[in-house]
Amino acid sequence: MKHYSYFPGCSTEATASPLGLSVLPVAKELDMELIELEDWNCCGSSPYGSVDKLEATCIAARNLALAEKTGLDLVTPCSNCFVTLHGANVHLKEYPALKEQVGKALAAAGLDYKGGVRVRDLAEVLYSDITPEAIRAKVTKPLKGLRVAPYYGCQLVRPDGFDDPEFPHSLDELVASLGADVVPWQLKAHCCGSSLVMPEPEVALELINKLLRNAQENGAQCLATPCPLCQINLDAYQSQVNSRFKTKYNLPVLFLTQLVGVALGIKPDALGLSRNIVSPMRVLAPYL
Amino acid sequence: MADVRFIDEVCSIPGGEAIRSCIQCGMCTGSCPTASRWDYPPRQAIAMVRAGLRDELLSSNSMWFCASCYTCTVRCPRDIKPTDIMHVLEVLAIRNGLSTKRSRTPVMYQCFVDSAKGNGRVYELGMMLKFFLRTNPFAALKLAPVGLRLLLHRRLPLKPSRIKGIGELKAIMDKARALGGAK
Repeated sequence: MKHYSYFPGCSTEATASPLGLSVLPVAKELDMELIELEDWNCCGSSPYGSVDKLEATCIAARNLALAEKTGLDLVTPCSNCFVTLHGANVHLKEYPALKEQVGKALAAAGLDYKGGVRVRDLAEVLYSDITPEAIRAKVTKPLKGLRVAPYYGCQLVRPDGFDDPEFPHSLDELVASLGADVVPWQLKAHCCGSSLVMPEPEVALELINKLLRNAQENGAQCLATPCPLCQINLDAYQSQVNSRFKTKYNLPVLFLTQLVGVALGIKPDALGLSRNIVSPMRVLAPYL
Repeated sequence: MADVRFIDEVCSIPGGEAIRSCIQCGMCTGSCPTASRWDYPPRQAIAMVRAGLRDELLSSNSMWFCASCYTCTVRCPRDIKPTDIMHVLEVLAIRNGLSTKRSRTPVMYQCFVDSAKGNGRVYELGMMLKFFLRTNPFAALKLAPVGLRLLLHRRLPLKPSRIKGIGELKAIMDKARALGGAK
């Protein structure tokens, strides 16, 4: 059994609830103990760092300080939480003046952060610690014949990812370990527009359209991604893309952990499959 | 009018200082998925910092189109991390009250920050409603079907979730504000 401190991230309680639901049973099957970080708060995400640098580092650092007490690696299933918490960690190391300011702010709540936490993305942990080989050995429902396009998005692999920043392969290996056919596609680590989908929908819809078209043209029956923002953009906004660009996509977009869960034989309810906007039930039927 | 201190202002915020190493190769603009929308695309924005075109750049829509995809950052041959520089420009635009009304992104970020600070966790539904009320309530109608689908699929809880240590978090943030901006 491997133990980790677990940082779910705000979206796993709401727009990415299928991710929040599916992580837990999958971790259990893979002998990982994810101990939820007591009273964690929002990581601050990209918007905070664009409004106030010091406050952004402080809101992230409260989590780092809480995690340091556990002595465990801090694992998050959200690519944006990963980039934010990891980025704060790096800045605290690189800028002593910033560290001093943050230290004073944390002290106002009786907290202290020495800088000893390792922040990790769950997808990286599945790949590096659990390994595709070990996952393959636990698969009870091989996804034979299912053509899956692994979608990395940006922040899992950039700027300080564990994989090649532009031509990553880790999710390909994880998807292959489930018995599925990995769809090779050019845009697998290109941007979906992230939170620009709200203030600038035209920009994001165009990027989402490119991604869905590229995945479909390469024969994908569904996509699998670890990132909440990517999943929401490609899943919940797919019908907007269809009306905007007169397309007819009907491509389910699964969270990576949902796909892993199906292959491990976990029940659909426990994986939140009914919460996906574009229903994955038809393509997954042979494996449920 | 040129403001020769602008580059020092950018360099004074963590992540901004590497801007001095830029060789204006254009890799950032060539790599940017949204560059065609920017008043001044990334390479030009960086050149403007060095030319001291402060208010012109800080009041533009440029950096607000950065989606933080970090493609420019991993490709930059001088390791200047243009993504971080865009975040610094956003911080300076807000700090100086120059953020443009032609992009709705500054308001969205502010709504996000208020929500994160207010409850300790982001309340997505509340944040979205506030954003549309403050920008264009009619745009909300266009996106209403998306919200409704999320709601029906139990992905948009009606109630916010609040951390127990909200007082603790407030003390930290109050102290941070008292200390002034990041050094």
